[in-house]
Amino acid sequence: MPRHEAWDAERASEIVSEHLHLEGATLPILHALQERFGYVHEDAVPMIADALNMSRAEVFGCVSFYHDFKRQPPSARHELKLCRAEACQAMGSTKLHREVLERLGCDWHESAADGSCSVEPVYCLGLCSNAPAALIDNEPLARITADSIQAALAEAGR
Amino acid sequence: MSVTVYVPRDAVALGLGANKVARAIFAGAERRGLDVTIVRTGTRGMLWLEPMVEVGTAEGRVAYGPVTANDVDALLDAGLLQGGEHALRLGNPEEIPFLARQHRLTFHRCGVVDPVSVEDYKAHGGYKGLEAALKTDAEGIVAQVRDSGLRGRGGAGFPAGIKWNTVMLAKAQQKYVICNADEGDSGTFADRIMMEGDPFNLIEGMTIAGVATGATRGYIYCRSEYPQAFETLREAIANGIRAGVLGDNVLGSGKAFHLEVRMGAGAYICGEETSLLESLEGKRAIVRAKPPIPALKGFLGQPTLVNNVMTFTAVPWIMEHGAKAYADYGMGRSLGTLPIQLAGNVKYGGLIEYAFGITLREVIEGFGGGTFSGRPVRAVQVGGPLGAYFPDSLLDTPLDYEKMAAAKGLVGHGGIVVFDDTVDMAAQARFAFEFCATESCGKCTPCRIGATRGVETMDKIIAGVRRQDNLKVVADLCETMTDGSLCAMGGLTPMPVMSAITNFPEDFSGDGSHAMAAE
Repeated sequence: MPRHEAWDAERASEIVSEHLHLEGATLPILHALQERFGYVHEDAVPMIADALNMSRAEVFGCVSFYHDFKRQPPSARHELKLCRAEACQAMGSTKLHREVLERLGCDWHESAADGSCSVEPVYCLGLCSNAPAALIDNEPLARITADSIQAALAEAGR
Repeated sequence: MSVTVYVPRDAVALGLGANKVARAIFAGAERRGLDVTIVRTGTRGMLWLEPMVEVGTAEGRVAYGPVTANDVDALLDAGLLQGGEHALRLGNPEEIPFLARQHRLTFHRCGVVDPVSVEDYKAHGGYKGLEAALKTDAEGIVAQVRDSGLRGRGGAGFPAGIKWNTVMLAKAQQKYVICNADEGDSGTFADRIMMEGDPFNLIEGMTIAGVATGATRGYIYCRSEYPQAFETLREAIANGIRAGVLGDNVLGSGKAFHLEVRMGAGAYICGEETSLLESLEGKRAIVRAKPPIPALKGFLGQPTLVNNVMTFTAVPWIMEHGAKAYADYGMGRSLGTLPIQLAGNVKYGGLIEYAFGITLREVIEGFGGGTFSGRPVRAVQVGGPLGAYFPDSLLDTPLDYEKMAAAKGLVGHGGIVVFDDTVDMAAQARFAFEFCATESCGKCTPCRIGATRGVETMDKIIAGVRRQDNLKVVADLCETMTDGSLCAMGGLTPMPVMSAITNFPEDFSGDGSHAMAAE
């Protein structure tokens, strides 16, 4: 089951319009577009700029500034975010991440060899008492091991 | 009669299988013909016991934990719904020493109530603070906040009353109240637990702030790494509008307060209040130079009160019980309670709300029970990624803004991350620079360039290249970053770096790193 729809300029334009009553609508629009399409298509930039009376550079600057916004369609079925911050380090996350990446056959910001997930680093998920921690498509995972990540991905894959 | 079973929906509990536990209880009860009502709560904060399930009995609540879905059948057979005996039975959760010893003022409802129910919130004493606030005037509210000694809990520790007073006195058509819920510090999760477990406490605190300052609009800027908190807030706000505790006529007072939650997009710098304002306005989160201060020229150029979740959520209790009752807790100029978050390599991690003045050692040993790994504690980072690394010899420092500063550390947002003796402090110092390089907004040179040069220089030190010379370069770099950065990101990155070098010199000078020796 695909999580996202294919880019559709008309639908995107509707999404932009739905948010125009908000003060400072840029981030809500970008989030809504990414939730729908899985990324922010380059054509969305002039669309948002026109709607919000901003320059294209300002909108593009926003898309590129924040770690969350993606400019390419997702190349994997799920998104795995692994926490690299200190509390997780204290529980051996550095070594664990090497093992997880090795099993997935990819590096940070890449997709697993089997297309099951993309892997992004994240700095703190607020699960620090139960580290190491991760998120798979916004579902939290605490006290993770390489095996529990594998199991969670298998479960999410169904 | 239906028995109520409470299963947390806090992110930690979810991360340990709480949804499966809830489903198993529901299915198991159905198979046995038992009538149960499952209420999803926040967490009590005893996070090593999650998922901790509670059952409402005639003698009060009985807790079981940590429960997995596989335990549920045995628990039901043992009489879970009557509070029956089982190896996982913990008894009255409020009598568990970890919780019983705390000073729960701000968090007293957390883990108890249904977080999105206005009725449940009111049934547990909610909105008494706002009712008290509505009986006095703006000056009266600000005076209470000032006299309570409450200081900004986000990290800077600025007296809340002064900020509130500045916004109250500012003249403008539209003022704003903004909650900084961009809790990005590693080892901190008090804001998250509050937003997921008792969001109406935040909503009430912000409403009181709106009434006091004359701001009719408010925003909560919640980080995207907290999807559960965001959804809970959204649900709570919608329910609040329906119940008339938000909107044009708050609690029938004739006063308006409109509240909205916004999601960040993965930028640590948004925890800095001026970056947060830029982000909320729909721009790149680039730090603003101060002055003008946000209290006078903040969101969209209007007077804006920006406070942390923990600052706002302290206010309802203060308004209900009075400034003096709050100021009776704490020491020196650090009054009231601090929500301490104990994390990392620790046996009993979680949320500890306690009066200021408790020592780090009491927290780590008294509450935390030492390390999870069972190895000796070697380093403790206090106050997030910009906080100092303390060795054992500094653990008797009390958690107090001034005492921590005197020990060349900071309280920050109250997070404590424990490391055992396998930690390599040179790697931690390098990480502090790396984190700054990744998260710097790029506006000022000391932070943008300094962090990258810092990583390179630390790499040389770790590789053993002209160690003493390069340590001097790092010290010089840190001085420049401390003195020349626009905000705390670049200004405080030297704190973890220099505290690691000063307190753990053996990890920076020897032939092999400490960690290699320990392994």
